[in-house]
Amino acid sequence: MQNLCLAIVGAPLLAALSAGLFGKQIGRSGVHWLTSGAVGLSFFLSALVFWRVVIGSEETYNANLYQWLSSGGINFHIGFLVDELTATMMIVVTFVSWMVHIYTIGYMHDDPGYQRFFSYISFFTFSMLMLVMSNNFLQLFFGWEAVGFVSYLLIGFWYTKDTAIYANLKAFLVNRVGDFGFLLGIGAIYMHFGTLDYVEVFSQTSALQDKTMEIVSGYEWSLMTVICLLLFVGAMGKSAQVPLHVWLPDSMEGPTPISALIHAATMVTAGIFMVARMSPLFELSETALSVVLIIGSVTAFFMGILGLVQNDIKRVVAYSTLSQLGYMTVALGVSAYAAGIFHLFTHAFFKALLFLAAGSVIIGMHHEQDMRKMGGLRKYMPVTFITCLIGSLALIGFPGFSGFFSKDAIIEAVHYSSIPGAGLAYVAVLGGVFITALYSFRLIFLVFYGEERFDEKTRSHLHESPLVVTGPLVCLAILSVVSGGLAVSSMLFGDYFGSSIIVYSEHDVLAALGAHYHGPLAMVIHGLSQPPFWLATSGVIVAWFCYLKRPEIPERIAQSLAYIHRILLDKYGFDRFNAWFFAGGTRTVGSFLFRKGDSALIDGLIVNGSAKAVGWGAEVLRRMQSGLLYHYAFAMILGLITLLALFVHSGFFAD
Amino acid sequence: MFEQVLFYAFSGLVLFAAVMVITVKNPVHAALCLVLAFFSSSGLWLLLEAEFLAITLVLVYVGAVMVLFLFVVMMLDINIAELREGFASYVPVAVLVAVVMLALLSTIVGHVNFGVDSIQGVVPHASDYSNTKALGMSMYTDFIWPFEIASVILLVAIVAAITLTLRKSRQTKSANPSNQVAVESSDRVRLVKVPSEPQE
Amino acid sequence: MLALADYLIVSAILLCLSVAGIIMNRKNVIILLMCIELMLLAVNTNFIAFSRFNDDVSGQVFVFFILTVAAAEAAIGLAILVVLFRNKKSINVEDLNSMKG
Repeated sequence: MQNLCLAIVGAPLLAALSAGLFGKQIGRSGVHWLTSGAVGLSFFLSALVFWRVVIGSEETYNANLYQWLSSGGINFHIGFLVDELTATMMIVVTFVSWMVHIYTIGYMHDDPGYQRFFSYISFFTFSMLMLVMSNNFLQLFFGWEAVGFVSYLLIGFWYTKDTAIYANLKAFLVNRVGDFGFLLGIGAIYMHFGTLDYVEVFSQTSALQDKTMEIVSGYEWSLMTVICLLLFVGAMGKSAQVPLHVWLPDSMEGPTPISALIHAATMVTAGIFMVARMSPLFELSETALSVVLIIGSVTAFFMGILGLVQNDIKRVVAYSTLSQLGYMTVALGVSAYAAGIFHLFTHAFFKALLFLAAGSVIIGMHHEQDMRKMGGLRKYMPVTFITCLIGSLALIGFPGFSGFFSKDAIIEAVHYSSIPGAGLAYVAVLGGVFITALYSFRLIFLVFYGEERFDEKTRSHLHESPLVVTGPLVCLAILSVVSGGLAVSSMLFGDYFGSSIIVYSEHDVLAALGAHYHGPLAMVIHGLSQPPFWLATSGVIVAWFCYLKRPEIPERIAQSLAYIHRILLDKYGFDRFNAWFFAGGTRTVGSFLFRKGDSALIDGLIVNGSAKAVGWGAEVLRRMQSGLLYHYAFAMILGLITLLALFVHSGFFAD
Repeated sequence: MFEQVLFYAFSGLVLFAAVMVITVKNPVHAALCLVLAFFSSSGLWLLLEAEFLAITLVLVYVGAVMVLFLFVVMMLDINIAELREGFASYVPVAVLVAVVMLALLSTIVGHVNFGVDSIQGVVPHASDYSNTKALGMSMYTDFIWPFEIASVILLVAIVAAITLTLRKSRQTKSANPSNQVAVESSDRVRLVKVPSEPQE
Repeated sequence: MLALADYLIVSAILLCLSVAGIIMNRKNVIILLMCIELMLLAVNTNFIAFSRFNDDVSGQVFVFFILTVAAAEAAIGLAILVVLFRNKKSINVEDLNSMKG
């Protein structure tokens, strides 16, 4: 098992290093063969691990391989923990990554940074694997930062583009906020548990569950709540939850394969994975779960609405990703971790599919991303159309597709939950279903149906994408259809995750759901009569009516609700608020500190001021230094008299 | 009673001499007044039964130091008038300072603190008591180390005074010790081969 | 009967006089040196008076040392004065301001 893990992690790392350092010598095709091969190897080995751990029920593997450093009684290890949760994540990560590698061969074909790109995405695969396979918080944090770093590099991959540089900086900065909370959470864990090893930490949870800590004196806070909330701040940054979501739509400045791999399927789900991994901690704090739930439902609903007003094809999918991440977070909030991970699992396939399909469209349209300039593409790009439709159906949770099983489970779980805020969340997720259907099919109708709104020149070049692009699409489409139905029984209701996820019985909504569960087919039939299905269907119909039948309606709605429309276009003003409050505030404070603190106080008063004071004092003393003996003698006499007076009258020298 | 008369007489003399020292125009007169002050205070010291020091004061100060003063004063060609410039204008300041200081001092040294009753009275000495012997005993036993230092200070003072005032005459010839030490045999003797003189 | 205070007051007056002398004769170095001698005389008288009234000969030893140092000081001071006069042709204190800042 140890060698297996090392090979899984090592292959992409070696590929990334050799592609990055010797890309020129290896050549373009050498690089893509090398990296795709390495990640493919990783995938097959991960599948082997999956087979052994999940299907073969092999015991959980947990070992420290290397002691990184030891400082004052704390040991930092590099080690792997491979259980059902990890194995699932590994297979998702490596599979999507592999698909994206292959797809990239076609998508980035003419890009001068070809080798660099492959090096980055291989390195990303390595980092993400380190993150999910870690057995301690430090290595988790390492992976966490490494994926953030690669994300930064890749968003700014086209580094001559101003918007890309702005976007990657934004992603980096917003993630810093989250990471700061995450780091504080890890620090709190080390402070109170004395170790960073998962197993050791989880074994102490029962002893520390009632402990309180005082950060602001006079206010006792539950230790678990504080730790969980801090960790969740990290998850909010990485998984783009409100209000730290602002970076994700902008990250679409990066190449499309990256949007699929990093900003839809894998990296952004790291937060979800982390919370699920920390389930023994989160279970102890109902407050934290409630916060998670509310944040998730807000994200799920309101970010979905934003998808309605976007015209950039990738941004629509990006807001859809935000919304779906919200769903996963909601699942975590109601302790349905398994449902969250299950949605992560299915979402990885269909969202990667949607992104790659969008990328395929973009290739066909010669890097035109505005949906208003598309339309009627289905006869030019049939494969892309079919796969994209499948992805959208999965996304809206059409019964039978993978998204149906995971999303329906989440909605039902929220329905059964009694965590504070569950009622609100239920409304939000139900509303989200309608919104999801609306924007997904808005995309489908605008891009693939209707009149052709592009010019002749584009039409002459319009053709289906090459096999390296459609191949992954088809693979992912198949998985988008079947992965839900195949996995739902075991993943949601079976003992799939074993001991890797811990749910207390009073929170266990999935068990309550499981009582009514009679296999996937029954679930599909049952789903046909449930509100989510009707909401999704009505969403599709509304989309059809508004964007195909009567295309002038959206315009009119936008005009009559101009105020709301403007708020939506403004993305609720988060960016403006951040720019005004945080950036502007920081600049104000900075310039204040610079002018008053640095220039006036430090330079003016302390540095130059002390020099001036010395100069002034020296000037005064120089004048006193008359060189005349009797002045000195007189000063001595005066001093003598003063001392004498003190001696006599104030008892200054007495005892 | 006689003692008191002597005390007041000597005290009056000392103070009078002191006033003269600081007020007279001619430095020579000032020096002579200082001699008077020394003499009368040596009388005061005798009243205090410090015979050795009283004699030393007269011998050393009057005999040596004051003579030195007089020599210097007379040797230097001093423009007295110039030095007296502004004398009168400083008198008020000087008197003010002196009075303030005296007022402060007198609150301490007056009869309240050091009156007849406040301190153990004068111990009459036996008839064979010798001040000189007692002083010597103390100086050469308890204070031997400061005594040696004092002698070194005197030596330094002698050397310093001589060095400061020594005028190098051009006729003076002296050897340079450093060159003398550094000399080598080759510098002293040079062997020269001289061809023998041909025989006539 | 003479008290210690009588001697102390005499020497205090002597000290104040010499201080006044320093202020008044501020230009004449020779008189300044003389005033310093007077001050030392006042101090010495104090020492001797205390020594006598406390019946402790140590005070007189101090006077001895002060005399020694004072003699040395006078000798060096006068030597400096002579050198000064030789160089500046004056003993006016106002001319001695080469150390002016």
